Amino acid sequence: MSKLQVSLYRYNPETDSAPYMQEFQVDTQGRDLMVLDVLHLAKEQDNGLAYRRSCREGVCGSDGMNMNGKNGLACITPLSEVVKGNKLTLRPLPGLPVIRDLVVDMGLFYQQYERIQPYLQNDEPAPAIERLQSPEERDKLDGLYECILCACCSTACPSFWWNPDKFVGPAGLLQSYRFLADSRDMATSERLAELEDPFSVFRCRGIMNCVAVCPKGLNPTRAIGKIREMLLANAT
Amino acid sequence: MVTNITNLGRSGLSDWLLQRVSAVVLALYTLFIVGFLLLSPGLDFAAWSGLFSQTWMRIFSLLAFISLAAHAWVGLWTVTTDYLKPTGIRVAAQLIIILAIFVFLVWGIIVLWGA
Repeated sequence: MSKLQVSLYRYNPETDSAPYMQEFQVDTQGRDLMVLDVLHLAKEQDNGLAYRRSCREGVCGSDGMNMNGKNGLACITPLSEVVKGNKLTLRPLPGLPVIRDLVVDMGLFYQQYERIQPYLQNDEPAPAIERLQSPEERDKLDGLYECILCACCSTACPSFWWNPDKFVGPAGLLQSYRFLADSRDMATSERLAELEDPFSVFRCRGIMNCVAVCPKGLNPTRAIGKIREMLLANAT
Repeated sequence: MVTNITNLGRSGLSDWLLQRVSAVVLALYTLFIVGFLLLSPGLDFAAWSGLFSQTWMRIFSLLAFISLAAHAWVGLWTVTTDYLKPTGIRVAAQLIIILAIFVFLVWGIIVLWGA
């Protein structure tokens, strides 16, 4: 059984003048490992290799990376899903500044997340027990709240690449709609007013890269369409 | 909220709606012109000129020209904000585009009513 050819993006700004690709031969012993396991095996060969990981089961969203050209979580992506011709190329998430190797600076991503005020806003006095929702109202949040902020979607989006300081991006907009759709949130008109400029929402061209890469199977494009509908209903 | 002053409608929502409405108008106009050409074999100047001498055709054409102007402004403005990062170059390109659209629109009106 031949070893898996792994090509890793390496960059240490303190010692390297430019990023380069380093080749590894990883012995998978014929098993269908997860990409994260392959990274661990490569790190045994060169322990200077840097990447983020934590829960290793697709919950924490730390190990988003570009695997053979497609963003995803290394911990829940089996080799059989991405490897073509016994070759695996791993790069950091595209469009964000690289701190080192596969570790990117998520600052711009979090900045956009912060902008949409990702928390429930309700100025009415809190009831004695809790703010109740009907089952139908709760159903509207399904497919919205599950996002783990791994940034696979936003960093697969050309609109976010060109204007990461102005376009909220699919992850932020999915969360924005999560609060717009929440029956308990009272800040709907303020939220919509923040979004009606030509960049925040409308820079989305609907190419659906976000839907194609989301490791949780969520649909930011649909949420963006719903925000557009709310903006239109509000302003016409 | 991101502030902009060189996009057509000053709001992403109005630009978005204008882009869609103008696209429908342009599609209808294109279908009409293509249909007219297909249904008029041996088309001569008199028939072509006759079509455009009718008031409804001039108004339909004017609507299409205005839609084209709006569509081009919204679309090209978007392209400039994606790809032209130095402010001076971007603003210059936007002004040239807007001026060109204005010239083409006035030219179109002169052609429509000048014949």
